[in-house]
Amino acid sequence: MPVNTNPKIALIGNPNSGKSSLFNHLTGLNQKIGNFPGVTVDKKTGSCIMVEHVNAEIIDLPGTYSLYPKSQDEQVVFDILTNPKDKNYPDTIVVVVDASNLKRNLLLFTEIKDLGIPIVLAVNMLDIANRQGIEINIERLKAKLGVPVVSINARTGEGIEWLKVATLSTKVKQSEGFFKPTIFAKNVIAEIKDQLHISNAYVALLTAHLYDKMPHLSTDEKNAVKKITKQYDFESRNLQAKETIARYEYINTLIEDVIIQQPDFNIDTMSKKLDSILTHKVWGYVIFFATLFLMFQAIFAWASIPMEWIDLGIGKLNGFLMEVLPAGPLVSLLTEGLIAGLGGVLIFIPQIAILFAFIAILEESGYMARVMFIMDKLMRQFGLNGKSVVPLVSSVACAVPAIMATRNIDNWKERMITIFVTPLISCSARIPVYTVLIALIVPEQYVFGVFNMQGLALMGLYLVGFISAIVTAKIMQLILKSKDRSYFVMELPGYKVPRWKNVGLTIIEKVKTFVFEAGKVIVAISIVLWVLASYGPGDAMVKAENLAQSTAIQQQLTTQQTDKLIASNKLEASYAGTFGKFIEPAIAPLGFDWKIGIALITSFAAREVFIGTMATIYSIGADVENENTIIKRMKAEINPKTGGIMYTPALAMSLLIFYVFAMQCMSTLAVVYRETKSWTWPIAQLVYMTGLAYLSSWLVYQVLSTMY
Amino acid sequence: MNEIVKHKTIASLKIGESGVVSGFTDELMSLKLLEMGCLPGSKIELDSIAPLGCPICINVSGYRLAIRMEEAATVLID
Repeated sequence: MPVNTNPKIALIGNPNSGKSSLFNHLTGLNQKIGNFPGVTVDKKTGSCIMVEHVNAEIIDLPGTYSLYPKSQDEQVVFDILTNPKDKNYPDTIVVVVDASNLKRNLLLFTEIKDLGIPIVLAVNMLDIANRQGIEINIERLKAKLGVPVVSINARTGEGIEWLKVATLSTKVKQSEGFFKPTIFAKNVIAEIKDQLHISNAYVALLTAHLYDKMPHLSTDEKNAVKKITKQYDFESRNLQAKETIARYEYINTLIEDVIIQQPDFNIDTMSKKLDSILTHKVWGYVIFFATLFLMFQAIFAWASIPMEWIDLGIGKLNGFLMEVLPAGPLVSLLTEGLIAGLGGVLIFIPQIAILFAFIAILEESGYMARVMFIMDKLMRQFGLNGKSVVPLVSSVACAVPAIMATRNIDNWKERMITIFVTPLISCSARIPVYTVLIALIVPEQYVFGVFNMQGLALMGLYLVGFISAIVTAKIMQLILKSKDRSYFVMELPGYKVPRWKNVGLTIIEKVKTFVFEAGKVIVAISIVLWVLASYGPGDAMVKAENLAQSTAIQQQLTTQQTDKLIASNKLEASYAGTFGKFIEPAIAPLGFDWKIGIALITSFAAREVFIGTMATIYSIGADVENENTIIKRMKAEINPKTGGIMYTPALAMSLLIFYVFAMQCMSTLAVVYRETKSWTWPIAQLVYMTGLAYLSSWLVYQVLSTMY
Repeated sequence: MNEIVKHKTIASLKIGESGVVSGFTDELMSLKLLEMGCLPGSKIELDSIAPLGCPICINVSGYRLAIRMEEAATVLID
């Protein structure tokens, strides 16, 4: 027999069946995260040495309950398995089932087996089943099913070598299908097989049901199937129901033969006890909010130390490069443009890593399902779903991974609303802007001796963001029309101790995605901004420098002061400065001048760029670290029109409100485009949020400036 | 089967009570619920109710499934 030295093996199973643990065991760090073409479901592949000279490509397909797709994840599985020409079409399938929940898990197995692809059944979590008094006779199961059955423990790796051997040797045996799809729609199947040249009867039946959802079929083929189903009065829903029931009837008789259930065992008493606390009407919410509090604490406090290291490291690297490399526009582009931009991406790694560590632990342990359970009704009032909790919570760190986390919301409308409102929740990039501006107008005093006024102001801004998200969701719920009905059918898995390897791999995966996806955009924008801020129209830049030089000589400035003055004057003369002046009339009603205008434009790439830009504009030079100096400079800034201070409470508040609402994040827009596959959503978001920011700022400024 | 005026559904169960599935009132919803193991003839027990009265958690086919009251009301029981 010729040995395929590079077989494609797909892992398939229900959610919570331990499929990902098995994938991590087989591939370790040899994983690649890609995208399935046309959809945004992550495609996880990895390589695994099965035996000597046989290096298999393992594809981890998203968790699915059946071949009839009901979510984006399930559609991916369906697309691949019903199209033998798909480049991900596997040579062999490993179906992973949870032994403690064998009955429901076997439904998918029986469907997949009928596809006529070589198959192996991996029975996972036998230890948990045993603890629940369930015993499974693997040998008898193997004999009954007629396929290799291997018992594995995906947590410890037990049985995985056997699984590899079984996977390489399994073959399709003819006429052993136990469910006969032909009994329901004999003629339809025969016609479709004939006209579309499909050899497998079950694929033909699936085509009759779901031809509209099969992108690989041509319009002619779809029309042909439509005609056939009409001709024979093919009742899709009725037959689907009959098929599922028939499969379960088969599974029930099978299970009676292979399972011994100890009657006196209680099903998972441990999970029941935990549930009585974690979904309790008081303690459930207390524990959830305590968890959130701990998470925010971790994201804001613990992450700040490694973030400082990264910041210092990038600064040192830049300093080093500027010293060793000859000065010139290319070096300046590399250091001030590229590396500085890269730094802006890398600095968020600690927060993203901590956030996803939390989310991975909450998901692995089974707690996240309980949060969705207790939050669903609340979220529904606002057109959201219990499953929207994860993205909304995540967006406090960063909207980019938060939007990626909306994928498991099945309902289109609820998913779109969640994506739309997520960027309104204040993310960590707003923190530097908030802190500097708050320090300008809020005194560092204590209320009742315990509450820091500045801290309260910060909390108030978060609250404003949160309320705007909820209100926007409610409005969208009324506007958006959807044929899809909202439903919430979700397994509550038993609690498990998280597997640290899975948590670790999730962190690596998410950080990688963030760095590469968001990184591309941020780096590109920072290069463009650098060019705009470094060059000006005609000889404006040269003139600006000469003027600064002569001023410096007149005022007898030190070299350092001269350099700062030059930088400041050149910025004003640059394209960015010109543009700032150009938009000044538009932002004047909000109290902003051209300098803030530049900062608004530059911080469109990423909000935190605001501080860096302000620092450059107010010619503080490289001493960006010390925000106090920026605050002092901004406090001292005089408004040339009024002669009074520039940063009045009215202006600072107006600017703060602008930053709460405005969509100033290229990466978010890019990820929304990627997730929705259309420019409609990112553009709608940009217009809505910018409009909201403009109007609110205008209102705040107009009202406050009459008061002070 | 007689047309009974008021059908009993999962939504009318009390915590700890159980019933046997006899049919569905919503075809589309039934497809998803069938796949999840809510089969005619299978026993369903109401395990718990979320603090705000919805969703509910049922024991079915040996595991626990959370569904909303609206979905529960489409499953007829005896």
